[in-house]
Amino acid sequence: MDKVNGNHDVRIGFYVCNCGTNIAAMVDVQAVAKYVAALPNVVVSRDYKYMCSDPGQELIQKDIKEFGLNRIVVAACSPLLHEHTFRSAVEAGGLNPFFFHMVNIREHDSWVHTDRDEATAKAKALARAGIRRVARHRALEVKKVPVHPDVLVVGGGIAGIHAALTLAKSGKKVYLVEREPSIGGHMAKFDKTFPTLDCAACILTPKMSEVGAHENITLWSYSEVVKMDGYVGNFKVTVRRKPRYVLEDLCTGCQECISHCVYKEPKFPDAFNEHLGKRKPVYIPFPQATPQVVLIDPEVCLNFRRGVLTDKCKKPCVEACGDRKAIDFKQKEELKEIKVGTIIVATGFKTFDVGRMPQYGYGRYPNVYTALEVERLVNASGPTAGDVLLRDGHHPKSIGIIHCVGSRDKNTNRWCSRVCCMYSMKLAHLLKEHTEAEIYNFYIDIRAPGKGYEEFYDKLLEEGVHFIRGRVGEVTDWAFIPEEEGKLVIRVEDTLAGVVRRIPVDMVVLATGLEPHADAQNVRRLFNMSCGTEGFFLERHPKLAPVNTFTDGIFLAGCCQSPKDIPDSVAQAGAAAAEALVLIDTGHIEQEPNTAYVVEAECSGCKSCIPLCPYTAISLLPDKKKAYINEALCKGCGTCVAACPSGSIVQNLFEDAEIFSEIDGLLEPTSV
Amino acid sequence: MKYSYFPGCSLKGTGRAYEESLLPVLKVLGVELEELDDWNCCGATAYMAVDEVKACVMASRNLAIAEKAGHKELLAPCSACYLVLNKTKHYLHESPVVEAVVQKALRQANLTYSGNTPVRHPLDLLVNNVGIEEIKKHVKHPLKGLKIAPYYGCQIVRPYATFDDQYNPTTMDRLLEAIGCTMVTYPLKTRCCGGSLTGTLPEPGLLCSYILLKEAITRGADVIATVCPLCQFNLDCYRDKMKGKWGHETIPDPRNKDARVPVGPHLDIPVVFFTQLIGLAFGLSEKELGLQRGFAPMRKPACAQRQSAAA
Repeated sequence: MDKVNGNHDVRIGFYVCNCGTNIAAMVDVQAVAKYVAALPNVVVSRDYKYMCSDPGQELIQKDIKEFGLNRIVVAACSPLLHEHTFRSAVEAGGLNPFFFHMVNIREHDSWVHTDRDEATAKAKALARAGIRRVARHRALEVKKVPVHPDVLVVGGGIAGIHAALTLAKSGKKVYLVEREPSIGGHMAKFDKTFPTLDCAACILTPKMSEVGAHENITLWSYSEVVKMDGYVGNFKVTVRRKPRYVLEDLCTGCQECISHCVYKEPKFPDAFNEHLGKRKPVYIPFPQATPQVVLIDPEVCLNFRRGVLTDKCKKPCVEACGDRKAIDFKQKEELKEIKVGTIIVATGFKTFDVGRMPQYGYGRYPNVYTALEVERLVNASGPTAGDVLLRDGHHPKSIGIIHCVGSRDKNTNRWCSRVCCMYSMKLAHLLKEHTEAEIYNFYIDIRAPGKGYEEFYDKLLEEGVHFIRGRVGEVTDWAFIPEEEGKLVIRVEDTLAGVVRRIPVDMVVLATGLEPHADAQNVRRLFNMSCGTEGFFLERHPKLAPVNTFTDGIFLAGCCQSPKDIPDSVAQAGAAAAEALVLIDTGHIEQEPNTAYVVEAECSGCKSCIPLCPYTAISLLPDKKKAYINEALCKGCGTCVAACPSGSIVQNLFEDAEIFSEIDGLLEPTSV
Repeated sequence: MKYSYFPGCSLKGTGRAYEESLLPVLKVLGVELEELDDWNCCGATAYMAVDEVKACVMASRNLAIAEKAGHKELLAPCSACYLVLNKTKHYLHESPVVEAVVQKALRQANLTYSGNTPVRHPLDLLVNNVGIEEIKKHVKHPLKGLKIAPYYGCQIVRPYATFDDQYNPTTMDRLLEAIGCTMVTYPLKTRCCGGSLTGTLPEPGLLCSYILLKEAITRGADVIATVCPLCQFNLDCYRDKMKGKWGHETIPDPRNKDARVPVGPHLDIPVVFFTQLIGLAFGLSEKELGLQRGFAPMRKPACAQRQSAAA
């Protein structure tokens, strides 16, 4: 028997899992067990139906005691699924959990091959590599790092609000950072919510006020995260607070300044109302804005010239503010540094830019609207107080709603945005209620898969809203017959009737899809996250870790992960909060010991490893001029190990001896 | 810069006015052309519909000759040629099967084709190589006040939008604005002219052409500017039939919004190639530009007339 890593004999137990028929159908597991039994250092070699089951794990523990095993190899599924299970079993059997190695003969073998003999030979080779490798394993220790109890929530839409409140209610301190002047996100712009037709503001604004008033929540609106350092449990975050030229602590939200502004009438496009309404240079985004603090737009305020203070206005706003002295034209941006243990990213989405589909005429024909514009148009506190008055000054008698604009389209975005069918039907209902117009929905498929959604679709059908199946080719203003003159004509292939239709309407609503923010890539880099091909932030596992990211301690909630409706966003926000609470209440995190370390005697201090580290875990010790790897930050990716010119970086669990033994084992010819 | 020039059948036949106007305009701008030696049918028309690979072989021979001639780029003014040559390049690139058949055929003619020769359209060349500012310098008689319906047809933007927007192309708009014209809003820029239907199924084919003419008239255009010989032919040559079928239909009176007038007499709106308009602005004569070939004569705009009279 070999003697390695000390003076004990290596005694290996090998277990090959049948995984029901997942493995056994394509790999002759008995033959593999028999083959491995004859390899050097192997004391026990067995096959078993389900190694991950309790009896399977007990088998390992029993063998450890009975045969004095000190190394275990399990050939089964991917280590992503059960490495942790078997390490725990090995530890329960009295061994260091890192005297274990897992060989993947399911995803890497039985599932991807069709020839049983070849698959069996491959399983033997993989097993042999594992046997060679495990002999070189060393005992490693899992380190514990404390977790800071404060949480940062990035984004104050419904997802961020819900996550922040959940954490605050459980007694945790939360920083809620929102880019816009008020929290509320897209939901604050909605008129009603489907399928219940609750007033969006009525259900959202109580939560917004609660956020504003909660003693455990520090709300920083009009602010952005600019930097994040550190690691799970110990993040250091820098937040930039943009100047609003109004001191938040002193402003009472009385809005006297707004009524006294030198601009008697609102003159500038109002972003909250999708530029359909106007506001003054000093404004509050909407009546229920949280915080209830006004702000000044230096681009248009007369006391500035293109953003630079000139102090040339008479400043009746300052006079109106009086003794409160809340207006401060000299306010500068502020950088705040905070420490948190966990971060929830809930940065939301942006709606599809309809300019990318010029065939629908947005911008060319005034009566073509986006869905979000229509939300404001039908809203009682919107720019028209709920009167559906078109840009050309008429009320519509017929309206076409075009679904899937920027969704399910290989020319723009391939994904289904999930909410458009439902909000289109909601808008159809609201527009019918407001205008009594004839309403046509142009859809590809109606996707109504939520609680009460299909019933809502039925209700719309009963209300006499028309549904025409077909993707609209174009919206145009050329008339084929006199009746079409002055109308917008929707040209569509009705794929149920099998005819091409021209439907003249007064108003067109584009049901825009949801897509990642334009700066999602920057946010991704800021928080060391990943993005899927479509640009939404990537969850660690699509089914079993839907709110985790690949960076420990950073969680996702809401539409920044994928398009979803309000109930799903809220549910995900709750789940993200729960995941954060797990870390906070455990108080510490266990660090996987597959980290790299520098053999100082060999390091020349060339610094080539430092810029390569994706996790900024490497720094140069200023006194010794040697590289130093912060174990808590290291993710064990191995980049620095491969790059080090002097070979002075070693990675635990991936030491040269371990890897070369594995390669030797793999390449050795199989003698059956 | 010197380009290989592939006229195709149209520019020597029904679309002769296109060649007659394109060549002098490019000459003014210092663009040299060398007509492809021994060119053949581009492979468009029926070939593409009947046997795509054979059509590719036809097109490839032209591309191979251009490559052999040593010019870097091939100018194909006719939309059908432009599309088929580009389509062939795509097919050769995407399908090893097509590539094999084509190369085998070319070898029998002692030719090869690397697949690299770029195929260019005059609009692309004028806007992106010559440049609008350069063109403006050569304008002697700006066509001020001339209202144009810019009609691009389908083939230069579909399925490949190589140099312009697929849904709302604007290169011709920008060129004609640069020589002083005013563009009317024309939403049918890329709508079908009827193509070869006018020859095979006249009823729907004529309707397609009629829609285009009628809309240009309704929008107040004086002239329709085209880039495609087939579009020009369809819109120009069937006016009598259209008048017979739809001449009684009414449109809003361009001069009086509240009144309606029959469309018939207005159908004689001139349909010209964009190069003919550029040539007029450059001070070339109507004869030099083939303007006499149109069935609906284009009257020289007042401004150009005055200046040429003075000259």
